Amino acid sequence: MIQTKPAEEKLLTVSASPHERSSVTSVRLMLDVIISLCPALIASVIIFGLRALAVTAVTVVSCVLSEYVTRKIMKRSNTIGDLSAIVTGILLAFNLPATIPFWIAALGGAVAIVVVKQMFGGIGQNFVNPAITARIVLLVSFASFMSNWPVPRQGLMNFGVDAVTGATPLAVMAGSDGEMPTLVNMLLGVRGGCLGETCAVALLIGGLYLVARKVISPAIPLTFIGTVAVIMLIAEKGDLCALAYQLLSGGLLLGAIFMATDYATSPISFKGKIVFGIGCGIITCLIRIFGSYPEGVSFSIIIMNILVPHIEKLTTPKPFGTPRKEKKAKEAQA
Amino acid sequence: MAEKKSLGKEFSKGIIAENPVLRLVLGTCPTLAVSVAVTNAIGMGIAATLVLVCSNVVISALRKVIPSKVRIPAYIVVIASFVTMVQLLVKAFVPALDDALGVYLPLIVVNCIILGRAEAFAGKNPIAASFLDGLGMGIGFTFALIVMASIREILGAGTFLDGISSLTVLFGYTGGFDGFKNILSQPMGILTLAPGGFFVFGVVMALANKLAGKKGKSAAELKGCANCPMAHSCSLIDKDEACKENKKEEPAV
Repeated sequence: MIQTKPAEEKLLTVSASPHERSSVTSVRLMLDVIISLCPALIASVIIFGLRALAVTAVTVVSCVLSEYVTRKIMKRSNTIGDLSAIVTGILLAFNLPATIPFWIAALGGAVAIVVVKQMFGGIGQNFVNPAITARIVLLVSFASFMSNWPVPRQGLMNFGVDAVTGATPLAVMAGSDGEMPTLVNMLLGVRGGCLGETCAVALLIGGLYLVARKVISPAIPLTFIGTVAVIMLIAEKGDLCALAYQLLSGGLLLGAIFMATDYATSPISFKGKIVFGIGCGIITCLIRIFGSYPEGVSFSIIIMNILVPHIEKLTTPKPFGTPRKEKKAKEAQA
Repeated sequence: MAEKKSLGKEFSKGIIAENPVLRLVLGTCPTLAVSVAVTNAIGMGIAATLVLVCSNVVISALRKVIPSKVRIPAYIVVIASFVTMVQLLVKAFVPALDDALGVYLPLIVVNCIILGRAEAFAGKNPIAASFLDGLGMGIGFTFALIVMASIREILGAGTFLDGISSLTVLFGYTGGFDGFKNILSQPMGILTLAPGGFFVFGVVMALANKLAGKKGKSAAELKGCANCPMAHSCSLIDKDEACKENKKEEPAV
């Protein structure tokens, strides 16, 4: 604390930090994320029909409502204006199959916001990604609904529940019956899967937008996908085609670009981000190759989320001007 | 004990104000494992209460005979004998419960609630007070288990009191009522797993703190704290005070 002296000497008034203000606010960041999710949302509506949009609407409304009600009950300031609940809602919908019953989708939104986010203090305080955690809760609780993958019908007006369901490419690779889509279809997203994860092109456009706007650093997505690529290349014995299927299937792109880069649950330092991305990649591959679930992206992200405090501790950047470690050691020896 | 309490209070404190599971946070391991089904919770609660009451009485009666240096092994021997008796009784009369509880039945020996009450209460108090303390704590434990198990069983499995006939048969009831089934068509399976257990535990604990907190007693003020072996390194209580208290309570050997 600075003691204010009587005006005998002229002192320049210095207000408390921050001294430099930026126009980047959490609302602006969240808006950017929502914009970047739009291509994938449009793609999902084209691929799975209007029910994809309906599921997204349900999760978004459920998230925003839960946020409003919980903050009211906890007598805290209202934070639905920062748009983070909307982002969580869209991301959660992207992690659900389009056939999901609406009440399960709504329940997922409530779990994400009430249990994962607000019980730990609201925006920026959650220690795991709310959307991913809600997905895992739903996956463990309602496994049959959560793995009921609709076959894409390429019709915009298919509002009803699609009766035809099939295995996802990952499930086929793991030994289920089903036909593998072509690589072009994989890129465009015409395959079974969660409604937001299928269209690789749309996800990449969104990712590029986020990187260009400097909302996310490319460190985590690149190391995450890169690690999966390296391990899968070895596991598939150098088969580049199988490698491409591995990278384009499941929720890898969605997870790496939009979920693993969540500010509150990923490391701050560059080194930490690299460790985080590599860790996610390794766990994803371990689950895909050895696990009983066909997909491991969500589990890998949640596990690394929990490890973030330790990663931060080990990768604290050295402040400028502090002596080197070897010097200290030598001084101690001398 | 600094203050004298009425016997009625020794009994009633265990139910909410100093509930062993929800307020003292003792015995969480069996709580999480057993609170999947209400029938198991009731069985576990009765078994633990029996052991707790008997061991409290015996330890209280022997409190002047047991040298303080070997008190923990001595307590364990007393508790283990009662657990063995209860276990044999359960195996003989309610084999279904024995199957359901599995290893947690013999593990009552090392249940923190029983050892904790022996150490914190029965070792220093007369027999009548110890009996009531044991009974109150046992009922508090059973109550907490039943509350948690009801939430987990109804929401997580969609049943309530499933398999209760294995217990009611003991009291001569053979009406064939075996619990409610299919309450929910789509139960939320995660609540019967460990993560759901921790979640329900946290929520119920918060509610209990809210209820008991109104009476103006924080967790740190509870009597069990100063007796805790971790008291000197615990952040909940003032360190110096804990050290002093520990020294005072440690009788000269």
